[in-house]
Amino acid sequence: MSVMGPPSASGRFGEYGGRYVPESLIPACFELERVFTEAWVDPEFIAEYRKILTEYGGRPTPVTELHRFSERLGVRVLLKREDLAHTGSHKINNVVGQALLTRRMGKKRLIAETGAGQHGVATATAAALLGLECVVYMGETDIARQALNVFRMKLLGASVISVTSGSRTLKDAINEAMREWVASVDTTHYCIGSVMGPHPYPYMVREFQRIVGDEAYAQTKEMLGGEVPDYVVACVGGGSNAAGTFAGFADTSAKLIGVEPEGGAAINRGIPGVVHGSRSNLLQDDVGQVLEAHSISAGLDYPGVGPEHSYLASIGRASYAMANDSEVLSALQLLSRLEGIIPALEPAHAIAYVIREAGKEIPLGSTVLVTMSGRGDKDAESVAQILGDNI
Amino acid sequence: MATELVGILEKALSDKKRAGQKILVPYVCGGLGDWIETIHAITEAGADAVEVGIPFSDPIMDGPTIQEASQKALEAGVTPSSILSEIRRADFSIPIAVMTYYNIIHHAGHDRFAKVLADCGVSASIIPDLQLDEATDWIRIADENRVENVLLAAPSTHPDRLRRLAESSRGFVYGVGLMGVTGERTSLAGSASEIARRLKECTEKPVLVGVGVSNAVQAAEVSQVSDGVIVGSALIRRLLRGGGPQTAFEFVRELRKGVDAGLGNSLG
Repeated sequence: MSVMGPPSASGRFGEYGGRYVPESLIPACFELERVFTEAWVDPEFIAEYRKILTEYGGRPTPVTELHRFSERLGVRVLLKREDLAHTGSHKINNVVGQALLTRRMGKKRLIAETGAGQHGVATATAAALLGLECVVYMGETDIARQALNVFRMKLLGASVISVTSGSRTLKDAINEAMREWVASVDTTHYCIGSVMGPHPYPYMVREFQRIVGDEAYAQTKEMLGGEVPDYVVACVGGGSNAAGTFAGFADTSAKLIGVEPEGGAAINRGIPGVVHGSRSNLLQDDVGQVLEAHSISAGLDYPGVGPEHSYLASIGRASYAMANDSEVLSALQLLSRLEGIIPALEPAHAIAYVIREAGKEIPLGSTVLVTMSGRGDKDAESVAQILGDNI
Repeated sequence: MATELVGILEKALSDKKRAGQKILVPYVCGGLGDWIETIHAITEAGADAVEVGIPFSDPIMDGPTIQEASQKALEAGVTPSSILSEIRRADFSIPIAVMTYYNIIHHAGHDRFAKVLADCGVSASIIPDLQLDEATDWIRIADENRVENVLLAAPSTHPDRLRRLAESSRGFVYGVGLMGVTGERTSLAGSASEIARRLKECTEKPVLVGVGVSNAVQAAEVSQVSDGVIVGSALIRRLLRGGGPQTAFEFVRELRKGVDAGLGNSLG
């Protein structure tokens, strides 16, 4: 039995998960569960999924050893390069899977929420590839700080809908996408971008992302002469790249560490709650209203976290640390200068953690795998602004 | 045993139904403007019960009107306990059902929340994101505290599930009139009468249709099949646009006439 096996029949990882959605969506959740379960043991489906990810998505992505960075920190750092996947992040792995399922269910339209725009771009890409209609919901605040990705989505033929309710970020984009899904569920698949939402999404998205961890496991094993890394580190907003990475190492001796943004640290600072379809740790006030997250990174600017992460934290299999905005900016610059790799703000959280903890939580001489979930181009403009550089 | 489970709300609505009359349940957003006086006014206008919203930060089953009302009430500083204690003080003469999202109950804890509801004289709960499969524990604890948990049935709900859902629902069964979130629509969806018909076939409990029932004509139309209606956004829009208890009184009286006249038509 794997530590990261399938959830219970009611979609739970321990006490976390479930299916807290309006009744209208229940048949769609059941259908998706059935279709995914069948597809995921269907050799033809799996072959097509892998073929697209290989020939179109650029997989497998390499693992890069960071020589200069490692020398600086005194720990050996290996980077799983999801930034080199098509569309520039790990998001492509999930959307190819869900777009294929959409076709299998006979639906012709995809809707998605997006924070940083990476999942929106990936969904628009998969929709273009398979000839599906695509509508992306995005908070007004995020549209402003991720203008490049908004334009990419439009080029790819998607409509981008600006969400002006609440904090105008990812949380509100999800609310709006769910409302739209309730109204269009007969013809439309909601392509959720992270390991969250009602069952089967948290499980399904982790399975579509486990290719990251499975590849990295085989790659690091070869690089390390049969050993696994001492630490496996990934950033966590909803937590899809971390879940996919951890899935490859859950049953090994590697210590698993998720890094949350300090302003959106659901596991570190939240308590169990229910929003967006599942029970998990959640930032909320003293009566249960959901709080707004505040992070420099649009992709991690979310008050909740995928239920499986709450579970892994509760059983102690993974631990969750935090990084703040200024550590993240420094990490982004250091990695760029020492290695010629500009990370997105999201994985810069994982890098920041390694920089801060090398020689402390992470003993000198350890081997650390970090998932580089996406490339930094999309953040260049907002980072330049913060650093006082006019571009 | 079975008779013990019939709570105040279900009894009131069933009596109405047995008397050959239609049921009208308006929705009022707790904490929005002069909401206590509004409830008194709509009681006088002929409402049979009132659904009181406890605003939640992320109301995924609600359209723009109720979102705006919730947001406004939250900004005014209302909390679940401020709303419930005002309900307790007001001591309304018709049954009160609170409508909120599950995290509010989850956060308080099932036991505590059920006890507070009972203590404040609230008859029922309506929780749109707590569907049948996740509701077992809450229904049990609500039952123990004589709080009736109303379940929502959707046009997409499969027949066998519809039957189980109706069985587990207390107070009445809430038929969602269309595939979508709350909000006014220019005409009544065909799915409104259809869900009423399907529910009536599988339960003796009162069947009310809400979501997309926007005016007296639509209320009359769906009430020909259902035992009555729930009207939310249409009333809330009037209140958001500056209307007060008097506006609410007039609109609910219009709805009352609509469902009563609709009844006349169906008999005639």
